[in-house]
Amino acid sequence: MGTASKQRDTATVPSGVKLPIAIRSRYENWIGGEYTPPTRGQYFVNPTPVTGQPLCEVARSTHEDVDKALDAAHAAALSWNITSPTYRANIINRIADRLEQNLEAIALIETLDNGKPIRETMAADLPLAVDHFRYFAGVLRAQEGSIGEVDHDTIAYHFHEPLGVVAQIIPWNFPLLMATWKLAPALAAGNCVVIKPAEQTPVSIMAFMELIADILPSGVVNVVQGFGVEAGKPLASSPRVAKVAFTGETTTGRLIMQYASENLIPVTLELGGKSPNIFFADVAEADDDFFDKALEGFAMFALNQGEVCTCPSRALVQESIYDRFMERAVARTEAIVQGSPLDPRTMIGAQASNDQLEKILSYIDIGKKEGAKVLTGGARRVHPGELKDGYYVEPTILEGHNRMRVFQEEIFGPVVSVTKFKTHDDALEIANDTLYGLGAGVWSRDQNTCYRMGRAIKAGRVWTNCYHAYPAHAAFGGYKQSGFGRENHKMMLDHYQQTKNLLVSYSPKKLGFF
Amino acid sequence: MGVARVDITAAARTVLRELAAEHGPLLFHQSGGCCDGSSPMCYPAGEFRVGQRDVHLGEVDGVPVYIGGQQYELWRHTQLLIDVVPGRGGGFSLEAPLGVRFLTRSRVFDPAEQSWLDGCPPRVGPENKR
Repeated sequence: MGTASKQRDTATVPSGVKLPIAIRSRYENWIGGEYTPPTRGQYFVNPTPVTGQPLCEVARSTHEDVDKALDAAHAAALSWNITSPTYRANIINRIADRLEQNLEAIALIETLDNGKPIRETMAADLPLAVDHFRYFAGVLRAQEGSIGEVDHDTIAYHFHEPLGVVAQIIPWNFPLLMATWKLAPALAAGNCVVIKPAEQTPVSIMAFMELIADILPSGVVNVVQGFGVEAGKPLASSPRVAKVAFTGETTTGRLIMQYASENLIPVTLELGGKSPNIFFADVAEADDDFFDKALEGFAMFALNQGEVCTCPSRALVQESIYDRFMERAVARTEAIVQGSPLDPRTMIGAQASNDQLEKILSYIDIGKKEGAKVLTGGARRVHPGELKDGYYVEPTILEGHNRMRVFQEEIFGPVVSVTKFKTHDDALEIANDTLYGLGAGVWSRDQNTCYRMGRAIKAGRVWTNCYHAYPAHAAFGGYKQSGFGRENHKMMLDHYQQTKNLLVSYSPKKLGFF
Repeated sequence: MGVARVDITAAARTVLRELAAEHGPLLFHQSGGCCDGSSPMCYPAGEFRVGQRDVHLGEVDGVPVYIGGQQYELWRHTQLLIDVVPGRGGGFSLEAPLGVRFLTRSRVFDPAEQSWLDGCPPRVGPENKR
C-alpha cells in the first residue's frame, strides 16, 4: 500500500477517530485495477450519518464511465472466464485472508460511512463477508458437472460456464457484506463484474478494492460510483452485461426487469419484505434461557437500525401471553443502548441517510394517525455534541392491527408493529397477509408447531427459534413481491453460470433417416 | 365535495418543475419494499412502463402518480402527500443528483372523504381505464 498512501489525502472524520486505513478525501472509480477519474470530472459529497457532516467526495459517474468499466471487464473476461476453479478459489481465499487481516480497519470505515454500530461491523458485517468468500472458494472446488449416459453410445456432458460480464447494484444497508454476497459467487463462477455501490455508502468497497488490488487481476471487478439515474441505469440497461443482480425496492425492480427484457438477459431481484416474527404462548412457559432468547429475537427489529430487508417488523404474539410478553419485550427494547456508532457499547447507531430518517418519522406519523399505540420510542433521538445532526431514531414499538400501513409497508427503520393472535390459523393468516415474503420468525418450544408454521408461511427464509442469522450455507431470497432468485448457498453458483451441454455420439452408425 | 388521493407540497412542486424543465414530461410511481422503497420514484414519462394493474392516484402539477394495484388496496384509506427532503440516493429517481429526495407523507381520509372516494374509483392501467 506504500505508494498509494503517500498520495492519500485524508477525509474529515469525527474527532478522536483514528483510522488504520485512511479514508481518502476524494474517491474516483475503480476501473481496470486502478483509480480512474469520472469522465465528466464531477463528484458528489458523501456525508457520514454519524454526525451528518461531509466525510469525503465520490465520483459522480455517467454512461461514459460505465462503458469504460465494461471495456475493462470484457478485456479481463477473456482470461478470467477460463481460469481454473482452483486458481479462482485460491484468489478468493486470499481475498478473505486479506480482509480478515484488516477487519478492524474496514469495519471502522463501514461504521463511518453507514452509521451502524462498530460492534455490528466488527462482529457481523466483516466476519460474515470474510466467511462468505471462503464458503464460495470452498464450494467452487467441490462443484462438478455431470455425465448422463443417454444410451451406451450417447453421452450428455454438462459443464458449468460463467455468464461472462455481469452487473451488480448494491444496497446501502450492509454495504460491503451485500457487495460480497453478490461478488463472491459471481467471481467463483468465473465472471467479471461491474458493480455500482449505493450512493449513500460508497466508501468501504473502495477501501476493499485497494486492499485486494495485488490479489485480483485487473478488470475482474470494476466499481462505478454515482447516482442511480446517471450510473445505475446505463449499467442496468447495457446490452453488454449478461445478467443484472439488484437489491432494492419494487419500482426500481420493475424498471430493471423492463431493461432486462429489452436485452433478454436474466435478473435476480431482492426487493424487501415485511417479515412476521411469531411468538407462541409456550415460549413463556418458563422464565429460562429460551424465553430470554425469544425476547432477544423480538428486539432483533432494532438490529442495524432496522435497515434490514428481513427486519422482523411485524411481531405476532399469542393472546394468552400478550400482556406478560409485551411487558418484558418493551423493557428489553428500552434497554437497547443508543449512542455513537463508534462506541463499542452502542447497540443502535445512526440511520444511513437524512431521507431515510425522514421516511421513518413519516411512517411513525401515519401509524399514530391510523390509531397505532406507541408502546415505546416513537421519535427522533438527538444525541448531544458532535452527534446532534446525525440521523438517530428511538427503537419504537407500535401496537395495532395488520391492516394498518405500518404493518404492510417496509419502514426500514427500528420500528416494530405488534399485534396479537388467538390460534395457529390466525397467526398463519396474519403472517401471510402481506405483499412480501422474504423472512419470518417462528418461536415455540413445540417442534411440530415450528415445522408446520415454517412450511406454511410464504417466505423464503423462516428462522425457527432464532432470527437474523446469515450463514453463507443457507439460501436467502423472496417469495411474492420480495423478488426472485436466491443469494448465499452453493446453489448461488448456478445463478451466475450457464449450463453447457455437449451431446456426443460415440456410435459409428448412421441413424438411417436420410 | 371532492378530495384528491395525492397532493404535493410547495417545496416538492418547485423541485418537480426544475426536473420537468430539464427532463420534459414526468411520472411518479410509488415504490414499496426495502432500501429506497416506500417512497415515490420520479421518472421521465415513458421511461417506466405503467402496468395493467397500476392505479392512477391522480396528478400533481400535471404529473401523473401511480401505485401498484395490490399496494393501492393496502394504502387506499390514506391520502399521499409528496414532499421533498434533503437526501441522497433513491433508485433511479431523477431528483437524487440535486441532493434531495421525494418523500411520501400520509394522512387518513375521514369517513365523508372515504365515502366520496369510494364512489369515484381511480383509473387503472396505462390507458387509464375506470
